[in-house]
Amino acid sequence: MILENFDFDVILGSLPFLMKGLKVSFYLTFLALIGGIVFGTLLALMRVSKFKILSYISMTYVNFLRSMPLILVIFWFFFLVPLVIGRPIGGFYSAVIAFTMFEAAYYSEIIRAGLLSVSKNQIAAARATGLSYSQSMIHVILPQAFRNMVPILLTQAVILFQDTSLVYVVSLRDFMTTSVIVAQSQSRLVEMYIFAALVYFIICFAFSFMIKKLQNKREAQ
Amino acid sequence: MIELKNVSKWYGKFQVLDNCSVKVEKSDVMVVCGPSGSGKSTLIKCINGLEPFQQGEIFVDGIKVNDKNTNLNHLRSKIGMVFQNFELYPHMNVLKNISLSQIKVLKRSEDEANEKSMQLLERVGLKEQYKKFPSQLSGGQQQRVAIARALAMDPIAMLFDEPTSALDPEMINEVLDVMIELAQDGMTMAVVTHEMGFAKKVADKILFMDEGRIEETADKMNFFDNPKSERTKLFLSKILTH
Repeated sequence: MILENFDFDVILGSLPFLMKGLKVSFYLTFLALIGGIVFGTLLALMRVSKFKILSYISMTYVNFLRSMPLILVIFWFFFLVPLVIGRPIGGFYSAVIAFTMFEAAYYSEIIRAGLLSVSKNQIAAARATGLSYSQSMIHVILPQAFRNMVPILLTQAVILFQDTSLVYVVSLRDFMTTSVIVAQSQSRLVEMYIFAALVYFIICFAFSFMIKKLQNKREAQ
Repeated sequence: MIELKNVSKWYGKFQVLDNCSVKVEKSDVMVVCGPSGSGKSTLIKCINGLEPFQQGEIFVDGIKVNDKNTNLNHLRSKIGMVFQNFELYPHMNVLKNISLSQIKVLKRSEDEANEKSMQLLERVGLKEQYKKFPSQLSGGQQQRVAIARALAMDPIAMLFDEPTSALDPEMINEVLDVMIELAQDGMTMAVVTHEMGFAKKVADKILFMDEGRIEETADKMNFFDNPKSERTKLFLSKILTH
């Protein structure tokens, strides 16, 4: 039986190291989430713009990125960004950029749906009082769109958190990578992979549970 | 004050407005009626440029609406509009709904805007409700807030697009009362409505539309007692029998 020799000490002993990794995972998720929503909002606004060229650029970008495996995008930015800007920026920031660019493509579709979920008459009402198009968007349409989208955006954030584990391929020390390092250096694969799975499960499940609660609360309103 | 000259509009090949001309003098109230799909709402939305049109001209206060050089945002800020489904901003409380454009468009300070909003809420009888959100109000209350929101911009004219047709019958009068008071205070108004009682009371001019055309333009006496077109007679016979 594998679990006969289950060694808790290896987990306890490397907890500080693993927590550092978990912090990197959270930090990466957080930055990519903010960056992805900001950039995704821009893409969505371009997509619904009456200027065809903006709409076309946004559509091309989104379709292209959504057709790429994430792992390839991570590789690209890890190797390309230093080439473009002429100096290394470190694995962490290239990962932040890669995830931001990748997530923005998904967020923009969610945000576009959110924008379309707000009735056209709301824009008419805002514009009728003299607000400009951008003022109407900022004060009237986007806040309503985001309010409608919060549960989906958060669900996507959970997926993003899981996806950040892919930075293992560029050896960025997130929670996944630190778990693997411990597992391999101490030859404790079973303990570490079970522990890592538990941690991911608890975090993601708890978060999804909270989103579900939030959703129910809204539906009750 | 408001003048439409030979306005025509198409959605693709479908013509929604056919050569419409009408003039509303300052302080006059024009009521637009007609069967649904006759282009009433479209006509009224052309006046503040919410709907573009392909032919003709519209002037408001001497300013041409369909002119590239016209600052439409500025013009719209001077023309109040009230919609069938109120269109209050659901994420803002009543006070914020009324103050937003005063602050963003007229550049009033927040205090100034809120003071004005409270005065208008008092005028429409909803002073106590200023902190509530639109979803916490009845339809009639929401529409009165929407009227206050339009009045907050100190408009020179008001457009109403079927302001009572989404309301429960017992709430129609509270909205009409506010509108009648406005008309009696000398506001220039263009009102799409089926409320013939309202028309009889305050309309200076009644316009009957059918299939995108203005079938008949008359003062209220002639419209009800002596309609010229057969189509108008038929319409009136249907809506006035009960």
